Parts: sequence; C-alpha cells; structure tokens
Amino acid sequence: MCKFELNDTHKQTIIDVCEANGNSAANIIHVLHGVQGKLGYLPAEVQEFVAMQLHMPVAKVYGIVSFYSFFTMTPKGKYPIDVCLGTACHVRGSDKILDEFKRQLGIGEGQTTADGRFSLNTLRCVGACGLAPVVTVGEKVYGRLTTSQVAGIIAEYANA
Amino acid sequence: MENMIALTIDDHILQVPKGTTILEAAKSIGIEIPTLCHYKLEGQGIENKPGSCRVCVVEVEGYKNLVPSCYTQVSEGMVVHTHTMRVIMARRTVVDLLLSDHPADCLVCPQAGKCELQKLAIDLGLREITYTGEMSTYKKDISPAIIRDMNKCIMCRRCETVCNEMQTVGVLSGINRGFEAVVGTAFEKKLVDTPCVMCGQCVQACPVGALSEVDNTRDVMKALNNPKKTVIVQTAPAVRVALGEEFGMEPGSRVTGKMVTALRKLGFDYVFDTDFAADLTIMEEGTEMLDRISRYMQGDKSVRLPIMTSCCPGWVNFFETYYPDMLDVPSTAKSPMMMFGAIAKTYWAEKLGINREDLVVVSIMPCVAKKYECQRDEFKVNGNSDVDYSLTTRELADMIKYLGIKFDTLADSNFDRPLGESTGAAVIFGATGGVIEAATRTAYELYTKKNLGKVEFKELRGLTGVREATVDFDGTPIHIGIAHGLGNARKLLDKVRSGEEVFHAIEIMACPGGCVGGAGQPYHHGDFTKVEKRLNALYEEDASMPVRKSHENPYIKQLYEEFLGEPCGHKAHELLHTHYFDKSDKNYGL
Repeated sequence: MCKFELNDTHKQTIIDVCEANGNSAANIIHVLHGVQGKLGYLPAEVQEFVAMQLHMPVAKVYGIVSFYSFFTMTPKGKYPIDVCLGTACHVRGSDKILDEFKRQLGIGEGQTTADGRFSLNTLRCVGACGLAPVVTVGEKVYGRLTTSQVAGIIAEYANA
Repeated sequence: MENMIALTIDDHILQVPKGTTILEAAKSIGIEIPTLCHYKLEGQGIENKPGSCRVCVVEVEGYKNLVPSCYTQVSEGMVVHTHTMRVIMARRTVVDLLLSDHPADCLVCPQAGKCELQKLAIDLGLREITYTGEMSTYKKDISPAIIRDMNKCIMCRRCETVCNEMQTVGVLSGINRGFEAVVGTAFEKKLVDTPCVMCGQCVQACPVGALSEVDNTRDVMKALNNPKKTVIVQTAPAVRVALGEEFGMEPGSRVTGKMVTALRKLGFDYVFDTDFAADLTIMEEGTEMLDRISRYMQGDKSVRLPIMTSCCPGWVNFFETYYPDMLDVPSTAKSPMMMFGAIAKTYWAEKLGINREDLVVVSIMPCVAKKYECQRDEFKVNGNSDVDYSLTTRELADMIKYLGIKFDTLADSNFDRPLGESTGAAVIFGATGGVIEAATRTAYELYTKKNLGKVEFKELRGLTGVREATVDFDGTPIHIGIAHGLGNARKLLDKVRSGEEVFHAIEIMACPGGCVGGAGQPYHHGDFTKVEKRLNALYEEDASMPVRKSHENPYIKQLYEEFLGEPCGHKAHELLHTHYFDKSDKNYGL
C-alpha cells in the first residue's frame, strides 16, 4: 500500500475538526472520530498531526487509536463490510458468515481488497439482534443471513 | 477533629487524615501491604496507582469483595484485615496469573534478585505456575541506553506515568487491547526513532525486567582482562553516596574510600574522579557564565540569557528535542564525564606516553543516559570515544559482587593523582542545585574579586521541583532558577521562552533529586527518602572537604598552566566545549 501523504487539504480538515472540539486534548476521541469520518482512516501521519494540534504525545493518540476497534489505520474499501459478532449474531452463526466473506474476497479481517472496493471488519452489535446474524455494507443492513447469500451481496456491489 | 478518620487495621486502632488510603494508613503504623503497580515519589507529586495489579488487596469487614488498598480511601469505623487467609490466597492467584504470561527466565534476567514480581512470588510461596496459555511475544528493543523486553511487561504502567507525568516526554503509552495490550511507543517504533531522551526513569520505575539499562559490564571486564590495555576509571559524585545500598548499607552511607579500594581490586590501573572534571567544568562554565552576564549587564543585546547548565545528558537530549529554538542558550561546556575523557586521552595519556588506542576510559555514573552520551559522534576521534564505556552504579555493584569482594569490610583508600583530586564544590554536582551552587562559589569570587566567607548557598538547596533564588554578587543581584525532573524543567523553560521571567542562570537535572535520584542508582522502588538521604550525604561530603571552591583545586590550576592555557581559551574550547543538534524532527505534539 502506498504511503499516505498528508497534504494541505488534509491538514485543514484536521485543524477544523480540532477547532470544533475546542483544540482540547480531553476531546481526543471526538477529534479522532471526526477526522476518521472525513478522511476515512487514521494513518500515522494523521495521528502525528492531530497530536501536534492538540499538544499531546502522539504515543497517547496511538494508544487510543489502537485500543478502540472503531478506529482504523488502514483505508476502508469503497464498500466497507462489517460482520456483527455480538452475542445474538454469534449464536446464530455469524462466524461462518465472516469466514465466507474472507474466502470469497480473499482478505482477512481488517483488510481491504487490492482494488480498494471492499474492506472487511467485525463489530459488536448494531442493535438489530432480531435480524441476527447481521452484516452491514456501508449504511445498508442485511439480516437473517446464510452463507449462501454472501456471493449475492458481493455481486450487488461488484460493478456498482 | 472532624478531618480525622478512625479505623481499625489488623486490631490496631488508629486515626488518619481524611483522604488517606488504606495502604498509607497501614504503612503509618508499620504494616506493610505488598504492592506492584503502585509507585509514588513522595514530595515530587508523582503517583501511579491504577489499582490494576490487585496485589495490594485487603479484606474490609462488611464489604463483599476484597478491595485494592492503594486505591481505597479509609472511612469512619472501617475494620481492615491485611493478611487473612482469604487475602493471601487472592494475592497468590493474582501473582500466579501474572506469571502465566511472564517468561520464567529469572536465572538470566537483568532484574534477578531485585525484581518486585520475583520477591512477591517468593513471599507468597508460589511453587508452580498453575495457569498455562498463550504467551506474549515481542521483539526486544535496544537503544544506546535502554533495553525494552516487553515479554516481561506486567502492565503496571509505572513507566508510562514517569515518562508522561514526571518527565513530560510522552514516549510511552498503553497501546492495543485485551491480551495484546502492552506499554509501547507510537506506532510501536523503536525507542531510537522516538523523542526518548534516555533519562532512564522508566528503568528506575520498572518493577520487573521489562526495562533495563544496556549492560556494559562484559565490555569492561574484557578490557580489564586485556594486559595490552591501560584501563582507567572515573566516578561521578552521586555514586559514592548510593553504592553502599547495594551491599546492605544504609541509604546515604558515604563509601568513597571503600569504592576506590574496590575499583583497584577490580583491576583498574588508575582510579580517578569525575569530581576533578566537575571542578574543570566550573572553571569553563563559570567563566562562560560570567562573560555572558557581564556583557549583558554592559548592554550587549546579542547575549542570550539565562545561561543553562549542560552536565546532564538527559537534559541535553530534552532541549535538543523540545526546545530547538534555544540551542544557543545552554552552556557549551561538556559534561564533567566527557571533559574527563577529553583530558585523560590527551593531557594525561601524553604525560604517561600511552597511545589513545591502548587507553580505555570507563565511567561509573548514576545515570543511564550517560551510556548514550559517550557514544555521541562529536566526542569521538577517529571512531574512538573520549569515554569508552559508562557503567551505572548498579553495574559497578554487580562487578564487585562477581569478584566476591566483601565491600562493607574494605579499608578506605584515596583516588590517584592528578585526575582524582577535587573540591567540595565538585561533589555537590550530584544534587539538584549543586552545580549552580558550585558555579556560584567560583563566579562570585571571580566577579567580585572578594573572598567568599561562607561557601554554602542554602537558598539554592532543597527538593522543591522548581526553585528560584537571588544571590547578591556584592551589590549585583543574580537571579537563579533550578529545576529537577524534566516536567519541572519544562515549566521553567516555558517561562523563559515566553519572557515571563528573566533569569541570569539556570540549572537543570533530568532526574528527581538530581543525579542522586538518577536512573542508574540502586533501585529505590519508590522510596524517595533514600534519594533525600543520598542528597544530604553529598552536602556532608562537601562540608568535610578541605577545599570547597573549584578554582582553588591545585591540580586544576596546574592543568591550565601546563596544558590548557586560559579557561574558555582556544585549547579549552577545542577540548572542553561542544555543540548541540536540533532533534525536533522526532517530536510530535509536545
């Protein structure tokens, strides 16, 4: 993967998000949330710039990014696939769904396909336990899934 | 009194101030509760108590669960039991679980015998590790001064607290989650690629072998065993008031004479004293200080004040990393250790007709950062450094033990001449405020041309983190600032940078208490009274010296007459002064 280059637009985006959060290190989680929302992910260069804006050690920023599974240091695909591994989904076999996505996309958890189209991640509960097992692609929710439906979902976005 | 709380601990009834923790209350009546993650430097405002290790749990009547005593505050009528069977069993389980993800290589661990986890396992009588499972595997990270072996990390986070809160260096942080959680650097970089200043306070704080200094004892033993080499040694002032602790002596025991004898027994050809070079530092730094202050007073606008001390390698790294706009403010004088090396490998070696390549200069330092300092390129001549190896106080103690020397029974002996002669001014270099006091003794006499009646400047002493004092130079007030611990240094420097306060001179030492609290000193395990006792011992040593002003050291005078010429003169500049580098490219955020 090519190295992320922090340009002036990125910097301005980060400055704006930091300002909106009072340039306060106490609001670091909100800042990272905002920045990831705008830039898609949080590569090292972005974390370093955030640290400089908030006058806090970059080690602490990385500590937070590496702790919360929501934050990612790798770019997500155009269509981010999230497989729910919450309790309800788990008991209804979401691990098999995850394996099927891995197999068909040829990537592991937290990775992105070479063409940048799909990324695969897991999360804990989207609040739709009645539909377990649940997968989200972007904002769209797919419920009561079986492994045989995985190919169809991928195909839906393959040429989109 | 309404702010006092009455409680019972192990059948003792006592009263303690509101807000006291059970741990502190128990300690006040001599009951020791074992701890692991808890680390407090009394009086320095530093405390790590995440309450996470659970080793200090105690039983409180009426409470369903055991509580961590380091974290739980006392309450009225509380009845505490610190050593019941239930408590002991719980502590055993806690330690057992910690050991389940800890390499059991105690036989060859640098912390063996000093490890707090090992001591707990012994005290609790663990005979087997019950739990087995996945083990952490991290790559060892070796910097010029510090080794991080995170397989041994128990996540107490003491290092993180001292790195961030005490030193404000911010290199270490808890990273990752769950089983992968560990104390690490940003993006898990190597220490050398971070703004680490190598002060080593993380090493001093680490209860296990996860953080240790680079071990140079083998290199030194090899040199001592090589008949072709002349091996000489210099000892920093703070070592002589701490070394005894490694042999069961009271903190603050002055063991200068025994140390010299031990060094001879180890086979060093000449036993010299860094204190000699400390006197030399005062000549150079004091002259520079007077020159800058005089020019400033005469209205020379090109002079930058304050002049700052430059003896401490952690501090030098700190300003090179965090204050690159102030690189021309600190004195250009090398540290005493490097001045010693420069003189030993020129003046002294020439006198004795020893080739530079055949001379090995070893330093015994209370410091971890000195290992890095002697490797800096600017101190090398054709790749040969002025100081070949720097050992910590602990490493010296280890070597004395390897040779089976009964340290406490040794007779006293004296340093060799000429590089072993020093004054009281030099010995207080090891205490916060000591370097500037030594400089003041000399600068006062040179500036006022008057004899200083009383050499002690009590206003410069003490353990307050940031101190200020004004010394009267016969009608000229000289404003002095002192800070120890890099967080305190930052407070003082920010005032200077913003112009909020104007100082003529500033002394900074990276470690709390100065070198007496250095990272290479015997582990104090968070008992800061030990550091205070060492500090007091240095002032006693000073008071016992016949000569107490650096410029009155006869061998220093001789050195200038025979070899160097004038202080801050051409030759002195070449050999005794250095320059600094902008290292701010590694710093993000601070």
